[in-house]
Amino acid sequence: MTSPSVDVERCDVSFKINGKRTTVHVYPMERLLDVLRHELSLTGAKEGCGEGECGSCSVLMDGELVNSCLVPVLQARGANIVTIEGLAVGAHLDVLQEAFLQYGGAQCGICTPGMILAASHLLHKKPEPTMEDIREGLSGNLCRCTGYMQIFEAVAEAARRRATT
Amino acid sequence: MKVDHIVGVSVPRKEGVEKVTGRAQYVDDMTLPGMLYGATVRSRIPRGRIQKITFGQGIPWNEFVVVSAKDIPGKNVVTLIEDDQPCLADGMVNHPEEPILLLAHPDRHVLSKAVEAISVEYDPLPALFSMEESEQCSHVIWRADNVFKRYLIEKGDVDGVWEAADYIIAGEYRTGAQEQLYIENNGMIAAYDTEHGVTVWGSLQCPYYVHKALMKLCNLPADKVRVVQMETGGAFGGKEEYPSMIAGHAALLAIKSGRPVKIIYDRMEDMAATTKRHPSRTRHRTAVSKEGKILGGEIDFTIDGGAYATLSSVVLSRGAIHAGGPYYWPHVRIRARAVATNAPPHGAFRGFGAPQSLFALERHMDRIAQAVGLSPVEVRRRNFLKPGQATTTEQIVREPIDLHKLLDRALALSDYRAKRERFAKENAGGMFRKGMGFATFLHGAGFTGSGERNLSSVVGVEGCADGTVRVLVSSTEFGQGTNTILSQIAAETLGLPYADVAMAQPDTQEVPNSGPTVASRTAMVVGKLVQSAALGIKQTLMASGMLGNPYSPEEFGVACRNYVAARGRFRSWANYEPPGDVFWDDEKYRGEAYAAFAWAVYVAEVTVDLATYSVTVDDFVALQEVGNVLHPVLARGQIAGGVAQGIGYTLYEKVVWQNGRMQNSQMTNYIMPTSADLPPIRVFFEEGGNIHGAFGAKGIGELPMDGPAPAIVNAVEDALKVGFNSIPLLPEDIFAALSARSHNKSNPDSAGGSQ
Repeated sequence: MTSPSVDVERCDVSFKINGKRTTVHVYPMERLLDVLRHELSLTGAKEGCGEGECGSCSVLMDGELVNSCLVPVLQARGANIVTIEGLAVGAHLDVLQEAFLQYGGAQCGICTPGMILAASHLLHKKPEPTMEDIREGLSGNLCRCTGYMQIFEAVAEAARRRATT
Repeated sequence: MKVDHIVGVSVPRKEGVEKVTGRAQYVDDMTLPGMLYGATVRSRIPRGRIQKITFGQGIPWNEFVVVSAKDIPGKNVVTLIEDDQPCLADGMVNHPEEPILLLAHPDRHVLSKAVEAISVEYDPLPALFSMEESEQCSHVIWRADNVFKRYLIEKGDVDGVWEAADYIIAGEYRTGAQEQLYIENNGMIAAYDTEHGVTVWGSLQCPYYVHKALMKLCNLPADKVRVVQMETGGAFGGKEEYPSMIAGHAALLAIKSGRPVKIIYDRMEDMAATTKRHPSRTRHRTAVSKEGKILGGEIDFTIDGGAYATLSSVVLSRGAIHAGGPYYWPHVRIRARAVATNAPPHGAFRGFGAPQSLFALERHMDRIAQAVGLSPVEVRRRNFLKPGQATTTEQIVREPIDLHKLLDRALALSDYRAKRERFAKENAGGMFRKGMGFATFLHGAGFTGSGERNLSSVVGVEGCADGTVRVLVSSTEFGQGTNTILSQIAAETLGLPYADVAMAQPDTQEVPNSGPTVASRTAMVVGKLVQSAALGIKQTLMASGMLGNPYSPEEFGVACRNYVAARGRFRSWANYEPPGDVFWDDEKYRGEAYAAFAWAVYVAEVTVDLATYSVTVDDFVALQEVGNVLHPVLARGQIAGGVAQGIGYTLYEKVVWQNGRMQNSQMTNYIMPTSADLPPIRVFFEEGGNIHGAFGAKGIGELPMDGPAPAIVNAVEDALKVGFNSIPLLPEDIFAALSARSHNKSNPDSAGGSQ
């Protein structure tokens, strides 16, 4: 449904991905999600619905949370993109990743990359979120496994840990 | 020296680091050299004969691999119970979205246009779209009479109870279809060569179901079919049977093309074409004494199976057995049937028939309470099953369950009484009406009746060359925690640290058949087998003289390394042994239906907004007795997740059907709960051991799906004084019922479909 027209020529698009500059040769209207997964082998962003409802393809683009299934790659020209692969530093997990592990925030794991990036975005905007902030801040990311309760706890705990370090 | 306890402790999820870093490999994350992409051409009509297939202009068809039913090397069926469902329609279609042709091409971008360019002409035949149409049998669409399966459960003499009854209470209750809505859509990759046969990698629950199906479809022996489960992004029953279909399709394309083929469904295809929870209709007629005791009753339970038999007979069985709930029925007759309609087949979904029949029962209990003039609490108390009494299948309750205590605790945790009184006072005249409701229920763990005996599961534990151990099972992880709890059980049994136990990837070439990952059986049944197999490792090492008693983890590691060095591969197997005291009669449907039951009381607090007619669940208490809890964080996650799905089932998730096709097959118009929609889900456990399960565990996965719907709808009735007897319950339903009541004040009972 969302496949680009094959009649259009490919072009070069450059952006920064997880701190590194990169250039891809792609159809201009190709979805950022497909470029990440197929051209850059960054498969942490997942396709759940293809229409911006589920958030499992979430990435950070210039600090904003976007559904990469709705972003034509041309729109990412010059942008600074962070995916789940860019969150941990080597073997050292981000505090959110640690908290998700400890509090049961990940079950099947398919929504987890997007959910953690949404939580990271939330904590960046609101370092000390209320429960209401967390509920609202994650409402664009669907999880069918957890019922969200343990995700809320993980995010609240990550915020506490960040505040004390 | 013994390591600290591992069972009962919330150790980190075994594959957790891979999941939180995005490194976990799901099937769509995998690519093979030379791989093609596959797509499916599906029926656009509910029923008819295929007259002609035209490949349209403008598509370079010579670049495509095309597979039809004629290309199938073996038998054209999706092997399960009845073998009535073709893998590809051959001349006849029986439901919308039925697969007809398969296409594959190296460029995934060109497939959707190619699928659209194929036109199929049909000679349409009359189709059936409801249980009632199917029962009337004006057209026969499945075998002799449109009925996939019937059961009759009879206890005592129900015909003798009506005369002595002070009250006879009748009601009809309905539940809708529900989409599993795992966030990872279905997908498979298949590869083929003549030496190795067919290999598939996929998102699936039951590797050996797929294995069996591929053998028959591809006409290959067992050793020429290999099925590997990739990380699976949610399943909930929705990846129990349909993966056999997709694996078959990918395999057929791989065989014809000689290249690996990947088929990944998009959300619309997944929702429209794959299985959903069976819609149901339950009719109760109950004889009750003036004291509120159930004297006996008739229960008529019907489910809509869709166009093919698939798992309907088994779903029906569980629904029928759970239809009497946690109450004592001196006399009962339960008639159950699964009927055919021209919709895509309905299938497994967490709860598996029980959420349907328990919704009916727990609504009916509240209506019995009203009729007799007792509270919902009191009427249940007077009918609770007690240890020593017999269930509807005449299974004697041997567990020391005290439902009164469980109910008391749930009511206290939710502040039920005080809130109910307060809401009754505060509701008058306001725009927001609040109410309290609850449901009391049970869920049987493991396969029904002789099911576990027939499965005859096998589990292995391997002592590895590096001194660690590996668990070999076909039981799959799809979020619920299989990897973690089975590792805990092996580690605890062997006195090893959790980190020293690994799980083998479910791969039919590597792991034995430990049965399907369904029916809340993994912790209880497979866990017990892992314990036995692990004990075998320990005993072998001790018998060999390489390991003393007691021993430290380090000594175990040394002994294990030495054993493998001296004798080679070191594996211990455990086979399922049926408990000697279990009796089940498959003909009469009588006996020990389940090795153990989990018991629960769920309480919902709701607000109905009279401006929007929407229902909000404000608080939810889920209290259950599930034996011993192996992993508190995982167990709580199972319950909270199930409750959230139950809230969706009750208040949001409506499948809109037109001529057998789902009309709202998108996440924009099929609505599941978001993080902003749910109440605090407060989970509590009442622990009690279970002799059948590893370390006292019972099943847990399906239980939380059973209680939310009746608890919430009972709470809505408490708030509005209008009863609703079908779900999903949407604002428009409430609006319609309240409008009907205000137009017809003289007869308030006519609202909301009460009868």
